[in-house]
Amino acid sequence: MSAPRMYKTEAVILRQRRLGEADRILCIYTPAYGKMDVKARGVRKTTSRMSGHLQPLTRCMLQLAQGHVSDVVAGCETLESFQPLRENLDRLSRGLYAAELIDRFAPERMHSFPTYRLFVETLRRLAEAEDLDQTLRFFEMRLLDQCGFRPELEACSGCGSRLEAVDNSFAPISGGVVCHVCAGGIAGAGVLSLNGLKVLRLLQHGSYNDAMRVRIEGPLAREVETHLRSFIVSVLERDVNAAAFIERLRREGARHAVEA
Amino acid sequence: MNESTPATAAPLARLIDELYKLPGIGPKSAQRLAYYLLRMPAEEARALASAIVEVKERVTFCSICQNVTEVDPCRICMDGERDRSIICVVEEPLDILAIERTQSYRGMHHVLHGAISPIDGIGPEDLKVSELLQRLRSGEVREIILATNPNLEGEATAMYLTRLLRPLGVLITRLARGLPVGGDLEYADDLTLKRALEGRQEIES
Repeated sequence: MSAPRMYKTEAVILRQRRLGEADRILCIYTPAYGKMDVKARGVRKTTSRMSGHLQPLTRCMLQLAQGHVSDVVAGCETLESFQPLRENLDRLSRGLYAAELIDRFAPERMHSFPTYRLFVETLRRLAEAEDLDQTLRFFEMRLLDQCGFRPELEACSGCGSRLEAVDNSFAPISGGVVCHVCAGGIAGAGVLSLNGLKVLRLLQHGSYNDAMRVRIEGPLAREVETHLRSFIVSVLERDVNAAAFIERLRREGARHAVEA
Repeated sequence: MNESTPATAAPLARLIDELYKLPGIGPKSAQRLAYYLLRMPAEEARALASAIVEVKERVTFCSICQNVTEVDPCRICMDGERDRSIICVVEEPLDILAIERTQSYRGMHHVLHGAISPIDGIGPEDLKVSELLQRLRSGEVREIILATNPNLEGEATAMYLTRLLRPLGVLITRLARGLPVGGDLEYADDLTLKRALEGRQEIES
C-alpha cells in the first residue's frame, strides 16, 4: 500500500536502536503497513516531547512523514502503555518475547490486521494474566497459524495416518506430530505425550478463555513449551533471543525460592 | 565499501575505508573527513593519530568500578574523600561524567557497560553484574543507586538488579523519574506524568 506524504497510523513499538547523536530507529508494527523501520529525531534528549510515547511495547498513534530511506515520526500520542507489563520483570520479559516473535515473523510493509489484533490482545493479557506462560503458548500457536505455519496435530505429518490415542512424537522438521512408526526416521523428533497433544489441540482450536480454563503446569507445561519452541526455531531457522532471558529468570527464581 | 576510483591515491582510499567503519559515518562523510584530514597540518594529523594509538594502549577498565581509566584503580575509586558506602550503578562511562557534572554526588560508581535487552540477546551475563556483586561482598556498601536510563532497557536492568540485590540486605534506590526541566506538561506521556504525580513534593517556604 503506498502511503501519502504525511500519514497517520496506529502502531506498537517493537524495538529501537540508537542513531547518530540523539536519534533512534524504531521498528514498529502497524495494522495497515505491517512491520517497518521509522526514524525518530531527537528522542534521546531528556527534553524530547516524543520519547515517552515511543518506548517499546507502547501502542501509540503516529504521524509519519515519508522520508528518502525511512519515514520520520512527526508526532505521536500514547494509546495504551500496558503499564503492569513494565513494572514486573516476568511480565516484561514475556512481552518482549512476543515482540521478538512478531519482529521475526511479520513481513515488512504488508498489512496484517488479524496478527496486529492478536499481538495487542496478547500484550493486554500479559499485563493482567496470572499464567503468563500459558498466555504465551496461546499466542505462539495463533501466530504460527496466522503466518501460515500451523502445526499438524490431527494426522501423522509423516505418513498421513490417523493418530492413535497413545504417546506419539513431535517433529518440527516434518511439520507437526508423527506416529511412532515414522518417528524413528526423523531427526529431532521428541516424545509427545497424549496429554501434551490434547493441550496443543486445545491451544490450536479453542478460544483464549477455553485455553485458560485448563490449568497446565509442571512437566506438561514444559513439554508443550519445548515442542512449540522447537517448532518456532525450526521455522525461523534461528533461536529466539528473549527465550534465554525468560529461562534465566525462571532458574534464578527457583534458586531464590530454594534459598528462602 | 571502497567507492574510491583509480584516481584516488591508495593511502587515501585506505583512510576512507577505515573512517567508514566508524559508527554514524556513511561513505560521503568518510570521504569528506579523509579529505579534511589530508588538508590538515601534518602535526595536527600526527597528534590525532597518536591520540588514537594512546587511547588504545593506555586506557583500560578500572578493576573496581569498571569505568575507563588510565590508572587502575581509577581516580574516583582511589579518592579517600568519597563515600564508599554508596554505589551509583550506571549503564555507560559517559553517564558517570553526567553525574559528576552535577557536583552533588560524592559516592562511588559502577559501570555495567550496557543494559539488558532480551530482544537483542543482551542478558545479565553480558554486563558487569558479577563484578558489582563482588563489590557488595565486602559488607561496606549500604546503598545502591540504580541510575540506569529511564527507558525500557534501563527499567528492565533496574528491575533485574533489584531482584538480584534485595536478598543481600542493601538499600536499593532508583533515580527519581518525572518531568524534565524545560518540558511542556501537555506533551508528557501517561507514564511520566503518573511518576511525576507519585513523586510530588511539598513546597518548602
